[in-house]
Amino acid sequence: MHLMSWLNGKGSTRGVHIPEFKEATCHLPIRRLPFAPILIVPLSQHAGAPAVSIVHEGQEVVRGEPIAKAGGFVSVPMHAPATGRIEIIALAPSARGDRTPAIYLKPYPGASQEILYGAPQDIDRMTKDEIIAAIQDTGVVGLGGAAFPTHVKMKLPEGKTVDTVVVNGCECEPYLTTDHRVMVEQPSQVLYGTRIAMRAIGAAKAIVGVEDNKPDAIEALRKAAGPFPEIAVQSVVTKYPQGAEKILIKTLLGREVPSGGLPSDIGISVFNVATLAQIGDLLPRHQGLIERVVTITGPGVAKPGNYLTALGTPLRWALEQAGCRDVASVILGGPMMGPAISSLDVPLTKGVTGILVLTPSDLNGHRKIYPCIKCAACVEACPIHLNPSRLGLLARKERYEEMETEFHLNDCFECGSCSYVCPANIPLVQFFRVSKQMNRERKARA
Amino acid sequence: MNTPPPVIELRTSPHLHTPRSVEGIMRNVVYALLPICAYAIWLFGISSFVLLGMTTAACVFTEHWVCRMSGRESSIGDLSAAITGLLLGLILPPGFPLWMAAVGGFIAIGPGKMLFGGLGFNVFNPALVARAFLQAAFPVAITAYTPALALHRFMELIPSTLAVPLMKAQPLVAWSNSVRVDAFSGATPLMMQKFDHISTSLWLLFTGQRAGSAGETPALLILVCGGYLIARKMMDWRVPVAMLGSAGIMGEVFHVIDPVLYPSPLFVLLSGGLMLGAMFMATDPVASPVTPRGIWIYGSLMGTITVLIRSLGGLAEGVMYAILLGNAVSPLIDNLTQPKTYGARKKEGAAPKKEVGA
Repeated sequence: MHLMSWLNGKGSTRGVHIPEFKEATCHLPIRRLPFAPILIVPLSQHAGAPAVSIVHEGQEVVRGEPIAKAGGFVSVPMHAPATGRIEIIALAPSARGDRTPAIYLKPYPGASQEILYGAPQDIDRMTKDEIIAAIQDTGVVGLGGAAFPTHVKMKLPEGKTVDTVVVNGCECEPYLTTDHRVMVEQPSQVLYGTRIAMRAIGAAKAIVGVEDNKPDAIEALRKAAGPFPEIAVQSVVTKYPQGAEKILIKTLLGREVPSGGLPSDIGISVFNVATLAQIGDLLPRHQGLIERVVTITGPGVAKPGNYLTALGTPLRWALEQAGCRDVASVILGGPMMGPAISSLDVPLTKGVTGILVLTPSDLNGHRKIYPCIKCAACVEACPIHLNPSRLGLLARKERYEEMETEFHLNDCFECGSCSYVCPANIPLVQFFRVSKQMNRERKARA
Repeated sequence: MNTPPPVIELRTSPHLHTPRSVEGIMRNVVYALLPICAYAIWLFGISSFVLLGMTTAACVFTEHWVCRMSGRESSIGDLSAAITGLLLGLILPPGFPLWMAAVGGFIAIGPGKMLFGGLGFNVFNPALVARAFLQAAFPVAITAYTPALALHRFMELIPSTLAVPLMKAQPLVAWSNSVRVDAFSGATPLMMQKFDHISTSLWLLFTGQRAGSAGETPALLILVCGGYLIARKMMDWRVPVAMLGSAGIMGEVFHVIDPVLYPSPLFVLLSGGLMLGAMFMATDPVASPVTPRGIWIYGSLMGTITVLIRSLGGLAEGVMYAILLGNAVSPLIDNLTQPKTYGARKKEGAAPKKEVGA
């Protein structure tokens, strides 16, 4: 049986080994960036309903003060990233390319980085629902890139129970080192946040999964986890996309999230390490999320590093601080899944893990696209065992419906492994994004 | 300059790409075939050289010509036509008439590949399509094998090489007898084994100093060259392992049943075109399945059929038909062996299977 599964490539999780490019920043301590001359806080920088502004133009705000309230349960409030004056509430460019409402805040010159707003609260005496409400008040969303409001994941639907909290410290995307530095420098916050999450959900145990290319992070977390036997720190093999929720669950616990379902369907909740570190840090003081660690790196950056940056900082300003040269392409997040942005006036939002700057030589012209030679490299790479080769051929023939019904198109989470390995340079993932959109439009018409 | 320039490029993720490319793979397949070609020329002389040249030229020219005819950019740059040409030259008898080789090259690329849509769309391995055609059209010429290491092989062509198109060819037996250096005859080891029950030493099979198609004889060299591609991850190791493994097991079964009539499994593996076929033709990714289970089924099927044809069929060699048959069923194998996806629900997983059966 074992031999057969090995022969069929099922013995281990599939995926791809990608050069990591993490050496430039993985040893650099987190440094703080100064305030930009203007900070732009979009009201919709998370999944769910946009926040609702509670300030008016010309109002003076204190760093950490709420400036927008949650627009519903699946929404979070915004807090002032700096002490200053509200300039205007207007449209601002977003990473997706459209323009969305945002609060423009002009920090006072010489404004302090000290947070003056907030009051200590005793978490130990709070009920589950009070903790969840307090987490919503912090404005914390999934900081690994998804930007889904964290408190929503903690509020389980009736009848569902979660036994295990999985803490995702894989950071499998090349170049990125924010989670790595947070684990090394703030292990106690990570673990405190983990215990808060366990309480809010009612889970008895937690597993922190860290890729084995970060031994210092594993060591720091294990040291900090000493007094808590219910929290295990586990090293997992370095392989992209190990940090994808579904893959990490399979690696750590051997369970599979059912197609179209959520981890909570099989009793698991997954949170990113940086998200939990923020909760562990902010919740006891009842403060809001106003800054995050961002890896600014890539061949086009002179001073790459892990920068603690105020939310709303325009990317142009952040890149100037890090020293930019020969910019050909700017990517938000990692190179495998991160979108390229069309404007440097886009502000830093809660879900941005890194800013990757590529130079013209990295783009290397346009690669010629050959027909699929059915080498099966994509089939070997796909972490969820799809058949990207067949899906790609069907997409070419515009047989979108068949892709969904027969070949599980909707299970694809667009990790990019198939496109990465394709020797014929077929943009498979882009085909699948388009195909999914075509299916959505067809269903909307029906 | 500290401020970024105004123009930034938008591309879709992923923004990284493996250095592996179709051009790179094809180039390396050519590299891997060149030592085999060189050895074939050393064994069989200049006839082999001009034969390889003719098949390659015919394939490349046909591809270029068909592309121009259909108003497309010429695709000879991807080297796949050159590979087909080299392979075709390697699986023909060294003294094969050049005009027939040219016809073969045309058949390989024209009907065998471009008619299906070119690289990536051909159902069958083009070189084998051409050989099957030549076997049907010129049954005498394609079984006219000459001995290896003939005396003046670098000075004179095998007489049949320059045969005039459509004229009756001179029988080669007299020439073969005249250049014979020792006990090597013009019959291939498989023919001798099958029809006369004469076994050839395994060492001669291993080093390829025997009669046969130009490139199919040196089993050792083919293993090394194929191993190079496997080590560089440009070839799927599972196909040759499955094909050679199943052929070995089937050979052993027959050998146990009747050791006189049927050769030892090692002889099965080293003789004929099995090694070249398993390493360089069955592994043609375009005509193979893509699913992990499918690749194993495909390889084992071809190995089994090869031995069945050799042992029970009327032909001495069965590799060609085995691979063509494998190519033919590979889309079916693919359909029946779709991988089970992560998190597939039981109910949904059963539904598509029913449709395949119906």
